[in-house]
Amino acid sequence: MDRMSPQTLRTLALLAVLALTVAFFASQIENYFNARLFNRISSSVAIMALIACGQTLVILTRNIDLSIGSVVGFTAFATGNMVSGNPDINPVLLALYAMVVGAGFGVVNGLLVAYARVPAIIVTLATMAIFRSLLVEYSDAKSITSDALPQWLVEFPNTPLFEIGGVEFRAAFVTAVLVVLAVHVILTRFRPARRLFAVGSNPEAAEMAGIDLRKTVFVAFVAAGALAGLAGFMFLARFGNITVVAGLGFELKSVAAAVVGGVAIFGGSGSVIGALIGAILVDLIDTSLVRWPLVTEFWREAVLGMLILTAVAVDQILGRRLLAMRIRREKRKREGAQ
Amino acid sequence: MKRLQSWEGFLLAVLVVIFVGNAMLSPQFLGVQNQINLFQLSIEKIIVALVMTFIIINGEIDLSVGSMMGLSACAFGFMWDQGVNPVAAIGVCLLIGVAGGFLNGWFIARVGLPSLVVTLATLIGFRGAARVLVEDRGVGGFPDWFNALGQKGLIGPVPFGLVAFVVLFVVLFVLLQRTGFGRKTYVIGVNREVADYAGIDTARHKLILFVMSGAVSAFAGLLFAARVGAVRGDVANGFELDIITMVLLGGVSIFGGSGTLVGTLLAILIVLNLRNGMALMNVTGHIQTGVVGLLLIASVLVPRVPALWRRRVTA
Repeated sequence: MDRMSPQTLRTLALLAVLALTVAFFASQIENYFNARLFNRISSSVAIMALIACGQTLVILTRNIDLSIGSVVGFTAFATGNMVSGNPDINPVLLALYAMVVGAGFGVVNGLLVAYARVPAIIVTLATMAIFRSLLVEYSDAKSITSDALPQWLVEFPNTPLFEIGGVEFRAAFVTAVLVVLAVHVILTRFRPARRLFAVGSNPEAAEMAGIDLRKTVFVAFVAAGALAGLAGFMFLARFGNITVVAGLGFELKSVAAAVVGGVAIFGGSGSVIGALIGAILVDLIDTSLVRWPLVTEFWREAVLGMLILTAVAVDQILGRRLLAMRIRREKRKREGAQ
Repeated sequence: MKRLQSWEGFLLAVLVVIFVGNAMLSPQFLGVQNQINLFQLSIEKIIVALVMTFIIINGEIDLSVGSMMGLSACAFGFMWDQGVNPVAAIGVCLLIGVAGGFLNGWFIARVGLPSLVVTLATLIGFRGAARVLVEDRGVGGFPDWFNALGQKGLIGPVPFGLVAFVVLFVVLFVLLQRTGFGRKTYVIGVNREVADYAGIDTARHKLILFVMSGAVSAFAGLLFAARVGAVRGDVANGFELDIITMVLLGGVSIFGGSGTLVGTLLAILIVLNLRNGMALMNVTGHIQTGVVGLLLIASVLVPRVPALWRRRVTA
């Protein structure tokens, strides 16, 4: 108990909440807990997990990226345009193309926030609108339809890679989880990545320790852009039909997933695994409420809002308690030593 | 203070340029009807932007205003549908605004959660409540006097919404620039801890501001219902971003502690004139929003260019 870090505790608590939620709905909805539930949720989590992961990187540095939904929309469209023009393109190249386009938008955000020192909320509020209008210009009032896409791309999200008792692990979901795990390993084991935490928890101290604040923040935005680009690729594969409103509202959903996942909105603490579980939890509740006979589907958002509020309030209050407990214990230890 | 004054001077210059440009490019622009339309089309947003100025100067943010407008409008539609007396329904809607603002304020001021998170949650929650009330129906057929408040001229051609905007502006201007309450709003925004030590009940102050924001948003939602004559679950969806853009463009610092209502007013006029001019030239909504976004970045970036340049030279 003593050695468990607050981060691990938080992740365990989240998993417990996830299990409780499943148990609750299983008792309410007939034939609820089955493979189809997993398959359904995993397809939409594949997109949201990537965006929430990118958002987490930015939030860790005490910033926020509200343009992420527009980036997803633009890259989905651009990638669709690319592949319908060159149907024989290599799948990996196409995904890379999406990431590069996304990263390009990240560069714009990063330059403005890190180097021109404009607050992130202002920059990304503006680029959210600007990127969206670029998409409107670029799309020229056309939309991408799934007939224009090659077969492999449309099938990609639904291709089961392996199956465990009817539970399909589909390609898009597995890819997204692998990406999140990779980012997690980098964040926790790779020294330069620790700078994100340092910059977020105390910028002045980080600067004195010789960390290049501007570069760190810049890199966070570019990485978030690239992840949003990959999410755009997934979005295109899943929906096939892309219009100018693709990805609208994703920016707030990604912040919600990160916050429910225990990422501190003022930076410096949180994990992408938490954000992944947050994305799953949000989606689980969203999907389950539709099937709960007691309430109409219109309750989804109301419940979701309450959930987020409760999650952060409980986290805050428990965090305070835990801190107080630790201080008391330290005090007692010191008194015992004297 | 000098910088602020010059900032407002800059906004005024931009406004004059846009205004003259519009007048030269489009013959309809200067017509009384177009001038009133220019305000009418965004009247709800600009009313809420006035209170948002207080919230941001105080160092907080309220993302839930658009959803509160939707909730209030839908609550009115729901009650009208159920046969509740419309005057009583208006009262209930305003109370919902007060209650919603109190909910935000309580979590922010008393529990100590960041306003970005709390109001993000209530953005989703209030919108959800609005959808629960009207589901996927549209409710309309409100009494004539109610619709007239939103659509017809009250004083000559000037509609009720515009009158309310002007009155609210004057009241809030006095409140912010001439009273102790206004001074406290700035002081808390500059440094909350210092304000606490100075004996200001900062939690209570924040609570009051969020209740104000909720109540005014609810009022704006009713105005929307009256102007459009019908409500749906997605009323005022996404308005929060436009509102915040106007306030930030007006020179209110996102970190709190500085900004004025005059700045917000000038920014409102700039955004409205710009959008109106573009609409008269058949520019679509998404592109209009993009241009406003560019303006927002430019507004923060341009005054900073000399400083950034100097740093490069000395470094």
